[in-house]
Amino acid sequence: MSDLQEIRDTFELFDDWEDKYRFLIELGKDLPPLAQEHRIEANLIRGCQSQVWLVAEQNAAHDQLDIALDSDAHIVRGLSAVVLAALNHKSPAEILAFDIEGLFTDLDLLQHLSPTRGNGLRAMVAKIREHAQLA
Amino acid sequence: MSSNSIRTDFPILATEVRGKPLVYLDNAATTQKPQCVIDAISHYYETQNSNVHRAAHYLADLATTAVESSRDKLAEFINAPAREEVIFTRGTTESINLIAGCLDSHLQPGDQILISHAEHHANIVPWQMLAARTGAQLIACNLLDSGDLDLDDFAQKLGPTTKLVAIGHVSNALGTLNPVRDIVQMAKAEGNKDTLVLLDGAQAVGHLSVDVQDLGCDFYAFSGHKMFGPTGIGVVWGRKALLEAMPPWQGGGEMIRTVSITESTYNELPYKYEAGTPNMAGIVGLGAAVDYLNTLPRDELQAQEDKLIAWTLSQLQQVPGIRLVGEPRQRIGAISFVHNEGHPHDLGTLLDQQGIAVRTGHHCAMPLMDHLKLPGTVRASFCLYNQQDDAQRFIDALHKAVTFL
Repeated sequence: MSDLQEIRDTFELFDDWEDKYRFLIELGKDLPPLAQEHRIEANLIRGCQSQVWLVAEQNAAHDQLDIALDSDAHIVRGLSAVVLAALNHKSPAEILAFDIEGLFTDLDLLQHLSPTRGNGLRAMVAKIREHAQLA
Repeated sequence: MSSNSIRTDFPILATEVRGKPLVYLDNAATTQKPQCVIDAISHYYETQNSNVHRAAHYLADLATTAVESSRDKLAEFINAPAREEVIFTRGTTESINLIAGCLDSHLQPGDQILISHAEHHANIVPWQMLAARTGAQLIACNLLDSGDLDLDDFAQKLGPTTKLVAIGHVSNALGTLNPVRDIVQMAKAEGNKDTLVLLDGAQAVGHLSVDVQDLGCDFYAFSGHKMFGPTGIGVVWGRKALLEAMPPWQGGGEMIRTVSITESTYNELPYKYEAGTPNMAGIVGLGAAVDYLNTLPRDELQAQEDKLIAWTLSQLQQVPGIRLVGEPRQRIGAISFVHNEGHPHDLGTLLDQQGIAVRTGHHCAMPLMDHLKLPGTVRASFCLYNQQDDAQRFIDALHKAVTFL
């Protein structure tokens, strides 16, 4: 699991899109794949272009949400790794308070959160917030 | 005339994307608009705007004349035998919904509607809805591995219960040019004598000269925005006798002759199918797009585009890991492909970073993607303003993109 500050620092070093996307794809490749039993319709967030699977469990003992994400596209997996670094194992209150758009703006990745992208990322973030609200 | 000089007619093509000149290869989704179309829309609002067919004042006459002269241009554009057979809609989707919404009495339980596995959702879902209302059955013709329709299967599926055939003229996802003239003949000869044929012309009109009389179909649907016209305007052409016999679709102003609280009588064609205030600026803009196309040597430009596509295909096959999806006998406009490691979305994103606009995903053809067992494809789609430089930059960008995966 990548540390959010580490990701921010690494992005700081990039001065062109190529390094940034190579890194994102690497992040995606390092993300542990979701077990086949979880890659089911009930966990699927359909985008028009790519799909995302999301499993969120409330860990009451630690007052946190444990999240696992996967996608069929490398770059979306990389973006998912960024989301996980920001939100995984956090308390519902922390998740709801977190400014994910601000993070994606800082990393110059905001375009991937846009509603027109159809990559499932926006719906995925909304779903995580929903879980946090219910927790 | 070369594509080079045509490019300057389209102001948006001068756009820069992240400091790089835009390469626009998403023409199957929508084409860009020449300045004359943009000007025609502004000119309409600046000098002609008024509600059509309703008032006896100066501006209303101008607006009505502008709208009806566009109808004449569209009728000529597809060689319709009569101008009142040209119905303005919001686009191909609404065109097909209009026809599907008016054919309930044409179908009995047990009748069949025959489409293909390659259809766009707009040429599937309205027929599913019609089938559900009438008890008819929607069936689909298989495809060959090339992406061409399996005409043997098509012939086999035609029969006395086939009441309707709906096929795309050109496949939006694979670029297949279907032998629609033969398909119409087969449907009429081997189907029921009442078999109606609708052709979805959305991907054809921007590339080919369409002659509905030569095609022999009963209905032809298309969109303005895929033929250099505005969005939100399209056409369905239908045979007059059929359109007159069919019930009206939407109710409202314009489509009526008389209305009382208990009943109404309906207006004549084409107004019977144009309820409400039409998209007047859109209609005028579409007329301007037809005028624009009429000034161009379209056959010559299409031949150039075909050559550009052939070159691109030959180059694509040399990009490591790339596999073409669909190798139809005749291809118009679009090339679909996948990469053995990367998802279409990855390639689309990496191309976008380099200023190349392509479409990725299922292309509103999920049954086709199921059939191909693919989550989607990358689609590069060309039109008359694309040139060698676009194709070269696309291929170079793709070579770079695959090194990321």
